[in-house]
Amino acid sequence: MSDKKYLFKRNNVWWVKLAVPLSLRNELGYDLRRSTGEKDLDKAIPVRDKIIEEFKTEFQIKKINADDKGIVLRGTEHMQKTDISDPQYFHKVVDCQYACPAHTNVPEYIRLIAQKKYDDAYMLNWESNVFPGILGRTCDRPCEPACRRGRTHDKPVAICRLKRVTYDYKNDIDPYLPEIPKVKNGKKIGLIGAGPASLTVARDLLPLGYEVTIFEKDNKPGGLMRTNIPSFRLPAEVLDEEVYRIIKMGADLKTNSYIDSLENIIDSFDAVFVGTGAPKGKDLEITGRKEASENIHIGIDWLTSIAFEHTKSIGKKVIVIGGGNTAMDCCRTAIRLGADDVKVTVRSPKSDMKASDWELEEAIDEGIPILDNTSPKEFLLDDKGKLKGMKFEKMEAQYTDGKRKLIPTGEEIIIECDDVLLAIGQDNAFPWIEKNIGIDFNEWDCPIVDKTTMQSSHPKVFFGGDAAWGPENIIWAVAHGHQAAISIDNFCSEIDLFDRPPPLTNLVSQKMGIHEWSYDNDISQEVRLEVPHADLKQALNDLKMEVELGFDEKLALDEAQRCLNCDMQTVFQEKLCIECDACVDICPTDCITFTTNDTEEKVREKLRVPALNLDQDLYVSGKLVTGRVMIKDEDMCVHCGLCAERCPTGAWDIQKNNYIEAHNLNKDKVKTKEVA
Amino acid sequence: MSYFKPINKHPNLEKNKLGLTRRDYEGGVSTLCAGCGHDSISACIIEACFRLNIEAYKVAKLSGIGCSSKAPAYFLNASHGFNSVHGRMPSIATGANCANEDLLYLGVSGDGDSASIGIGQFIHAIRRQVNMVYFVENNGTYGLTKGQFSATNDLESKNKYGEDNLFPPIDLTSMAIQMGASYVARSFSGDRDQLVPLIMGAIQHKGFALLDIISPCVTFNNHDSSTKSYDYIRNHNEAMGKTDFVPLGEEIKTNYDEGSSVEVKLHDGSRLSLEKTDHNFDPTDAGNSLDLIRKKNKEGKIITGLLYVDNKCKPLTEIMDLPDKPLNTLEQDELCPGSEILEVINNDLS
Repeated sequence: MSDKKYLFKRNNVWWVKLAVPLSLRNELGYDLRRSTGEKDLDKAIPVRDKIIEEFKTEFQIKKINADDKGIVLRGTEHMQKTDISDPQYFHKVVDCQYACPAHTNVPEYIRLIAQKKYDDAYMLNWESNVFPGILGRTCDRPCEPACRRGRTHDKPVAICRLKRVTYDYKNDIDPYLPEIPKVKNGKKIGLIGAGPASLTVARDLLPLGYEVTIFEKDNKPGGLMRTNIPSFRLPAEVLDEEVYRIIKMGADLKTNSYIDSLENIIDSFDAVFVGTGAPKGKDLEITGRKEASENIHIGIDWLTSIAFEHTKSIGKKVIVIGGGNTAMDCCRTAIRLGADDVKVTVRSPKSDMKASDWELEEAIDEGIPILDNTSPKEFLLDDKGKLKGMKFEKMEAQYTDGKRKLIPTGEEIIIECDDVLLAIGQDNAFPWIEKNIGIDFNEWDCPIVDKTTMQSSHPKVFFGGDAAWGPENIIWAVAHGHQAAISIDNFCSEIDLFDRPPPLTNLVSQKMGIHEWSYDNDISQEVRLEVPHADLKQALNDLKMEVELGFDEKLALDEAQRCLNCDMQTVFQEKLCIECDACVDICPTDCITFTTNDTEEKVREKLRVPALNLDQDLYVSGKLVTGRVMIKDEDMCVHCGLCAERCPTGAWDIQKNNYIEAHNLNKDKVKTKEVA
Repeated sequence: MSYFKPINKHPNLEKNKLGLTRRDYEGGVSTLCAGCGHDSISACIIEACFRLNIEAYKVAKLSGIGCSSKAPAYFLNASHGFNSVHGRMPSIATGANCANEDLLYLGVSGDGDSASIGIGQFIHAIRRQVNMVYFVENNGTYGLTKGQFSATNDLESKNKYGEDNLFPPIDLTSMAIQMGASYVARSFSGDRDQLVPLIMGAIQHKGFALLDIISPCVTFNNHDSSTKSYDYIRNHNEAMGKTDFVPLGEEIKTNYDEGSSVEVKLHDGSRLSLEKTDHNFDPTDAGNSLDLIRKKNKEGKIITGLLYVDNKCKPLTEIMDLPDKPLNTLEQDELCPGSEILEVINNDLS
């Protein structure tokens, strides 16, 4: 096998990509890339070696230049003044928005909820994450573990449940949807699969005048949102409203249309997007699998057949194997179908299970035992060759150097069962993509896709969602869809794919008077509010009854008050500061220190409270009159604005950082409907 | 406007021996002008009490009238307090001191309260060696009545409206040394590295401790022609080297060159260690201190640091031989000497 180090293929040509050392990233960006101009790998390799030498010389020169100019590199010298004109600096302070793959402006929509502007709050969500009603019920919520409140108080704001509130309380939002041009731009785009990734691409392209065709193998659009998420978590009407909203924007939806050959359709389109998900559930090849196959089901296929009402019953005793969210959906569905003894078995300890905490909790609350450290050994059959149980072996987890090893203990247990559901993972599968049409696959049969552009090695073909890099969740599919749509628009307009639109940002003072701000800066000390649930007994008997009822208006408004408004940034101007220390004294969380500058390591140590959370930046000012600098640890700031309120000279100001991640909908050419 | 500071605090905030954090020593949110030096002094008092593991209920905050005298509301919420008539805080302190020796008395006053209306009271509290820390939050102006000159304003320092000052200032530190104060220091509200150890020393000192703290008034006396502005003090501050407060039983960590530091032992055994910038300076010699203050005043410098300390003085309660216990805890048998002794006294009279 040839050595492909530093090489990647784009438009059938080999390119070189080299990561830039941390200290030079401000100047050179994240990586350097250059085309070798060669299609043949063997010819590209010597060119690559030359290019890498050149890159390394460039690093060297830049480093010396930087030293000459007195530019200090991170780690070795005094800290540099923070560049707040870089939109990413304050974006990172908004923990929830930064953690969200689609970078939804969470604090802004929570404030809109607090003002009861549900339509605006919904639209803010819709523009960024496309499916607020669906995600408000099913999102994996990367925002919540990131939420600042989890560090400053106890539990994060219930961001996901508040997103659902925007859906539940909105009125008709049709007038706010973008206008779809009557005259099309002549470009045809084919989307394969009608899941969240493809639907996002469609939504982002239709307002630009593209003609979009979506191929779906099932008889309804929605992808795994319809087939794999049970309706007691996501009611069909919510799904239908948000999915058909996009179809109604003018997409040509072809249901029951399984594409069995990419080659056959590729020439009919200017670009093709593959959003077919990871549809292949993993199997468990152990003794008895073949013989008992009638009563062994692949979890995701089983959930699909329930969604389409092909399956309506299951045995009384059910074992679910697996520790992820699909396993949780399987066991909860089984109970609702009439099983009265459902157990979940998982090889790893409970603490390492992949399922989201809240989904695991819901399963436990419904009375389903989770047997951890339990590894399947054999399917057991009765005399008639029918499944009667399973043999497991107990495992023990041992951790060495942070790595986990599961050691068999030799202890075996037998659990009786009528049916087994396998939820041990999913793969993507592309039997319908011909190997010779220019799409390269890696050794695991995953397509090689550029992380930024979503483009495959075939210039016309883009991937996104689970189809690109394997199973993730809906919000990632949406984020991929936005990027793919930008790439497709660039591609069809013959603009370089790496020439991507920047995020829309601005930073506006919120001062309304000497001590008045345009936002509510009072910090609520309330604990996280619980979301009301349906009656358990009733819910367990009804497959379609939604378990979580969502916040009522009062709960929603109270929960909204818990948001710390992290987008309200503390902006410091050293030339106005008289070093009176008023901000230092008033800061409730001791974030602000005036001290002499030093290396980052030493500065972090000598703050009023040492800044130990390295994920969070320090905000460093320029030199003050006394030669000191102001250093603010962003980690614990509660954005109460008291520093600015107690500042006699206005050196501190509270400014709202509006950060809107780039997607096609905020391009100038997209028009909004004229409201009569 | 925010009237409350959020109660949540940094989870890693340092705790003292009582298990309290700095925030447990706070008071209400200040209603003084934003940027007032007095607020920095309050923060330094908080810091000193935190570091000395002081129990707030064993502290009495006393004040008169003025911006400075509002300050006790902004620190040590759990302490006793007495806001007296203008300039009469020293009398209240004297009385309280006689009645209960066990409390720590923090008198907070300003240049108007101490150098004008209350100067007589001030002098007599010193003369009587009341065991207290007396803070003068000195901004050279009457902030509460819109910026007239106070008695500590320098001759060359104009007011905000450009008017000349006609009278020379009273130097409270030299006056206090002359009147017999046993711990005299001057500092600047904007230099908390210097101020906090000085407050800690003053709290541990037994006798009258004066802290004359220059505290810029951001509203009326922080302009270019003021000699009590942030900028002026920073440019003319002549600090008497570094002062370290060393609690009882701890080693001095700072290494000074031999002969360049002086160590003063306080009543409870804790020590103050001073870095000497002037080799002839001895803070235990009053004459020496007075000369130095006069010399630096002439040079137009503001000398800050520990100026004078007498660690052998006798506080008021010892001079008057008062009972060690608070008066309100004295029992019947301690208060009433009994008929036998009464008879002896009566016989003496006949």
